[in-house]
Amino acid sequence: MPARTALRRYYDVNGWFFVAPSLALIAAFMVYPIVWSLWMSFQTGRGLVMHFGGLTNIVRLTEDPVFQLALTNTILFFVIQVPIMLALALFTAVLLDDPKLKFRGVIRTFIFLPCVMSLVVYSVLFKSMFVDDGVVNRALEAMGAISGPIPWMSDPFWARVLLIVAITWRWTGYNMIFYLAALQNIDRSIYEVARIDGVPSIARFFRLTVPMLKPVILFTTVTSTIGTLQLFDEARNIVASDTSAGTAGPGNSVLTLSVYIYNLTFRFMPNFGYAATVSYVIVILVAFLSFAQFYVARERD
Amino acid sequence: MSPLRLLNRVGVYGFLGAMVFLSVFPFLWMVVGMTNTTGDIILGHLSLGHAFLDNTAKFFVQANAPLIFWNSAKISLFGTALTLIVSSFAGYGFEIFRSPTRDSLYAGLLFTIMIPFAVLMIPLFMIMGKLGLINTHIAIILPTVASGFVIFYFRQATKAFPSELRDAARVDGLKEWQIFLYIYIPTMRSTYAAAFIIVFMATWNNYLWPLVVLQTNEMKTITLVISSLASAYYPDYGVVMVGALLATLPTLVVFFTMQRQFVQGMLGSIK
Repeated sequence: MPARTALRRYYDVNGWFFVAPSLALIAAFMVYPIVWSLWMSFQTGRGLVMHFGGLTNIVRLTEDPVFQLALTNTILFFVIQVPIMLALALFTAVLLDDPKLKFRGVIRTFIFLPCVMSLVVYSVLFKSMFVDDGVVNRALEAMGAISGPIPWMSDPFWARVLLIVAITWRWTGYNMIFYLAALQNIDRSIYEVARIDGVPSIARFFRLTVPMLKPVILFTTVTSTIGTLQLFDEARNIVASDTSAGTAGPGNSVLTLSVYIYNLTFRFMPNFGYAATVSYVIVILVAFLSFAQFYVARERD
Repeated sequence: MSPLRLLNRVGVYGFLGAMVFLSVFPFLWMVVGMTNTTGDIILGHLSLGHAFLDNTAKFFVQANAPLIFWNSAKISLFGTALTLIVSSFAGYGFEIFRSPTRDSLYAGLLFTIMIPFAVLMIPLFMIMGKLGLINTHIAIILPTVASGFVIFYFRQATKAFPSELRDAARVDGLKEWQIFLYIYIPTMRSTYAAAFIIVFMATWNNYLWPLVVLQTNEMKTITLVISSLASAYYPDYGVVMVGALLATLPTLVVFFTMQRQFVQGMLGSIK
């Protein structure tokens, strides 16, 4: 039918007109780099002089202790930090969801406030708070929690703890907002019925709240996972690092995959091929973990 | 109130009070630190000192404060404006003029949201090198203008754009781009406000890509300068605090003046 063809043509012309600028930019600055990076990961050499190396880079991954340290650190931060933060955010959100609570709005605003601070700024603030004789050690000593200062800056274990504390500070309020919004959509009468039936509050939380929040818990888990796997700003700024030597934290204790990629590209003798290979390790991790989280969430339905 | 309920109440307020205190403390620390000497800061002094003018003067001398602040503002404002225009254009186009081809391209586009920046960094650096854009602000802005996330955000929001408005405008003989310009944009003001906040914050706070691209001091952003001041062997924290506050003020102002849109914008991504 000619009328229908004309309409379709009208839609096509306008549709392409609206999406073309974005598609062109995404092709140039997203798709092309993704493909180029993949191709580069099979190249080896220094600087711009590269040749086909086949699986050389992948073999190198298995023999590179620094890469393995960066991988271990990154996974460690993700495995420990994400659950702590999300549990804290969920717990806070449930407490704040009580309509009888006073100062709800103010409390919510303050707990969300860390989100407005840039990652670099809060990292350097934390760095200044956690020095040996600094305000945090003094407060902990005054409370009697520790007898001597904790070496946050010079001990690999404590440097990692500091990083986890810092990231949790920055993102708990952010995740809490998602939970609060989801909690507001839950019909309160369900809780009333459960309460009258004598279901204890802990059981109400695990049997009612958590299942109903499953989609948003999944969302926050996936976004937090992607974020933690790409950790860069904090790892490079929060502990005294020898940036000229390219280490991150005492004994490279907060070296993440992204920091390592940056170092491979811009600090050491540049090896773009190997750096690209390491970057694809992050892609594989992100894809695998996102898929796994979706799968786990679906299983329980 | 029974003793148990009272204990429960005390526990809840105690916990929330601690959360509020911990959340706000670094902000207070920054303001107090600004007035203290570095020697006092690393000893954890919590009272206001007398070094504010000295720290500020040093920051302006060491960092060329007006210039780097202007660099950050320029990149963020132009970058955000371009991103909103180009990406909302696409979000509108994908939703209003649907076709199987464009739908599948859109699905691919969503996939790009998950791509870690580290993968793009090296090729992007080389592309910018070929275009002669290393050490320019255009190189910072260009790769972020078409954002999968912002396109997704606008497509979701466009679903709520009343089709009667569009039909009426078509009957009145408006061209499609005119409908977008004169009807869609004004109608979707709050969507734009929310997207503005999200994109502005991300651009203002961006660190890795500017670190790669910007090489001379007069091109650097405030975030880069704070990072380099703080990574000295003995950082002058008093000076760093002044920079930290300057870098945080714009986002704080945006947050407190547009808090509702801010939260809406964040939540818009999961609707």
